[in-house]
Amino acid sequence: MGLERAFADEPAFVPYLAAGDPSYEASKQYVEALARGGADVIELGLPFSEPIAEGKTIQNAIVRSLEAGMTPDRFFEFVTDLDVDVPLVCMTYYNLIYQYGSEEGPRPFVEKAAAVGIEGLVVPDLPGEEAGPLRRACDEFDLDLVFIVAPTTKGDRLERMLEQVSGYVYVQARLGVTGAREDVDDATEESLARLADWDVPKAVGFGIKTGDHAKRIVSAGADGVIVGSALVDIVAEGHEDGDPVDEVADRLEAKARELKDGALRGAAERPQPERT
Amino acid sequence: MSTDDAYDPKFGEYGGQYVPEALMPAIEELTDAYQRYVLENEDGFMDEFRERLADFGGRPTPLQYADQLSARYDTDVYLKREDLLHGGAHKLNNALGQVLLAKYMGKERIIAETGAGQHGTATAMAAAHLDMPCEIYMGETDIARQRPNVFRMRINGSEVNPVTVGRGTLKEAISETMRDWATTVENTHYVIGSIVGPHPFPKMVRDFHSVISEEARKQMLETTGDLPDTVMACAGGGSNTMGMFAEFIDDPEVDLYAVEAGGSSLQVDEEEGVAPNSATLSTGDEGVLHGARTKLLQDSDGQIMESHSVSSGLDYAGVGPELAHLVDEDRVTPVNVDDDAALEAFHRLSQDEGIIPALETAHAFGYLEEHPEAVGDSVIINVSGRGDKDLEIAIEETAKRDLDIAPDMSIFERVGGGGL
Repeated sequence: MGLERAFADEPAFVPYLAAGDPSYEASKQYVEALARGGADVIELGLPFSEPIAEGKTIQNAIVRSLEAGMTPDRFFEFVTDLDVDVPLVCMTYYNLIYQYGSEEGPRPFVEKAAAVGIEGLVVPDLPGEEAGPLRRACDEFDLDLVFIVAPTTKGDRLERMLEQVSGYVYVQARLGVTGAREDVDDATEESLARLADWDVPKAVGFGIKTGDHAKRIVSAGADGVIVGSALVDIVAEGHEDGDPVDEVADRLEAKARELKDGALRGAAERPQPERT
Repeated sequence: MSTDDAYDPKFGEYGGQYVPEALMPAIEELTDAYQRYVLENEDGFMDEFRERLADFGGRPTPLQYADQLSARYDTDVYLKREDLLHGGAHKLNNALGQVLLAKYMGKERIIAETGAGQHGTATAMAAAHLDMPCEIYMGETDIARQRPNVFRMRINGSEVNPVTVGRGTLKEAISETMRDWATTVENTHYVIGSIVGPHPFPKMVRDFHSVISEEARKQMLETTGDLPDTVMACAGGGSNTMGMFAEFIDDPEVDLYAVEAGGSSLQVDEEEGVAPNSATLSTGDEGVLHGARTKLLQDSDGQIMESHSVSSGLDYAGVGPELAHLVDEDRVTPVNVDDDAALEAFHRLSQDEGIIPALETAHAFGYLEEHPEAVGDSVIINVSGRGDKDLEIAIEETAKRDLDIAPDMSIFERVGGGGL
C-alpha cells in the first residue's frame, strides 16, 4: 500500500478515463498522454452496465467501452500493456469485483489486480458497511482501498470511514453524480474543513473542469484533484468528430498540464504550515 | 406486522446496502423513520396509513371464490382482488405508505421510478392526495408502450422524466432515479416501487404490502375455517408476491409459489447480453444490483443482462433479496410460464370470470392452467392488478399468435377504425 507517496511532495493530479473508450488502442494512447501531461495517479474505469454514480458523460464513455468489447479480463490485459510509470487505481462497481474468478467473493479480482500492477481500488457502490470482505482482500494483496467522503458524510460515519481508508480519501466536491461543472461548490471547502485534522491525503473530485478550479481546490487545502468528465469530454468529442487519435491524445496531454499546473499554483497560494 | 429488526439489513446472505456513500446518511435516516413510524407506530403513523388505505384506497379488498376456475381445475380457487384497490393494482399500498412516511420525515419532494407505469401512477395519486410535488422517471421504451399510464401520471400533476440510456426500461429508470436522489437527497424521498434496493426498502415495502396477506389469511379463515393449501402470485421485483406471502411464511402447511415471466425463452444470449425472460428466481445467479445483493440475470463477468417479458411490470433483471432468500431456504417455490401461456390466461380469466387481469397477474393463472395438480385442494391467487393498461399490448400480441381462446377482433376492420 503506497498511494500516499503520490501526494507527498506536491499536490497530485489524478485523472480518470474509462479504459477502452472508445477503443482499446486509442484508450491506451490517451492514458499514456495523461501520464506525459503530469498525472500522479491514474484512475482507470472498468465499465459496469449499471453505473449508478455516474453522470451522462461517463455513462456514455462506459457504453462506448463496453460496445468496443471491454471485459474484466481485457481490462487486466490493458493495464499490463500500458507503458506508464504512474500508480494505477481501478474504479469499478462491486458486482464486477464480486463475480470475477471461480472462487466466491472479491479475493480473485484483487489478486489479479495486484498481479497486473494495480495499486488501489475505488468502488462507488460500496459504502464502509459492506466493505469488509474487500478490505480484507486488499490487505492480503497490499492494495489501497479508497473511500469516497460525500458532503453528507459527517460525525460518526466520517470517523468510522477514516479508520478504514488507505491511500487517499476521495472527497466528493458536491452532491450528485460525476460531471464537469462551471464552478466550484462551497460544499468542497466545508468537506475539506471537516477532514482538516486527518493526515490521509485528500483528493477532491466531481465537477472539476479547469486549471483554475484545480488551483482553488488545492488552495482550500486539498492534496490532490481528481478529474474525469472534463477529460472524457475530450475523448468523446474526438470520437464524434473522427479526429486522429494522436491529435486527441495531444489535447488530453495539454488539458492534463493545465490541471496539474493549476494544482501547483494552488499550492503556492496555500498558507504555509508552521515549521519547527 | 413483522417483528423484524429495522436495523438488520440482511436476509441470510442477501440484501445489504450497496449504494454510493452520499446516500448512506439518508438511508440511515430512513431506517430510523421505518423503525419509529412503521414498526412502532410513533405519532400514530400506521393508524393514519391504514385509515387512508381504507378511505382513499378502498381497503379491504375482497377475497372472491372463483366459480368457473374452481370447476375447471377441480380445486377451490380464491382470488385476492388487489385489482379493486384504487388505481387498479396493489401498488398503492406501498406508494401511499412511503409518501406519507416522507411527509412525517419532513421531506419536500417525491421521486420514483416506474416500469409498466403502475408504480408511477400509484405514486402520482398518493402524491396528489397528500399534496407533495412528484417526479417520475420512466424509460422511453416503456413510455411508448404504456401511454395511458403516462397520461394518468401527468393528469395527477406529476412530472414524467424520460430515461433515454440503455434499453429505456425499468432497470435504467431505477439507476436514473438513484442519480437524482444522490443529488437531492437532503429534501427528497425516493419512493422505490418494489421490495428491491438497499435496506430498509425491501423490508419496508414488504410491510406496506403485507396488508394483502393479512386480510387474505383472515378472510380465508372466516370463509372456510382453514388455511389454503397454496398461495400463488406473479413475481417481477416481487412486491405483490411478498405482500401476498408475508403473513403465510410462518404457516409451513401453506405452499408458496412465485410465478415468474418465462418470456419467449429461458435460454440466454450471452454474446448479446440478452435474457429473453425475467425468470430471475428460477435461473439467476447471486450478485449486487441497485443497492442489494440478490439473484440477478447477468453474464459470466457480472454485467447485467437485458431482460424481457410481454408484461413490462415483470421485465426486470433483479428480484427482491427476501424472495431470493426464501427460495434458497425452500420456503418459496419459483416457477415460470412463458409469454404465450400468460396471454392465454389473460383471455381465460377475462372470459370465465369477468376479470381482465394485468399481464403480470396473468402469469400466475397461466401456471395454474399448466399445473392444476400442484396447488392441492385450495389456492389463493393474488390478482395484483387489472388489465386495462395492457389492452393495446394484449391485442397486438394476441394477433401475432393463433390463440384459440382469443376473441375475434375483426370488428375494427369492419368499422374501418384502423388501429386501436
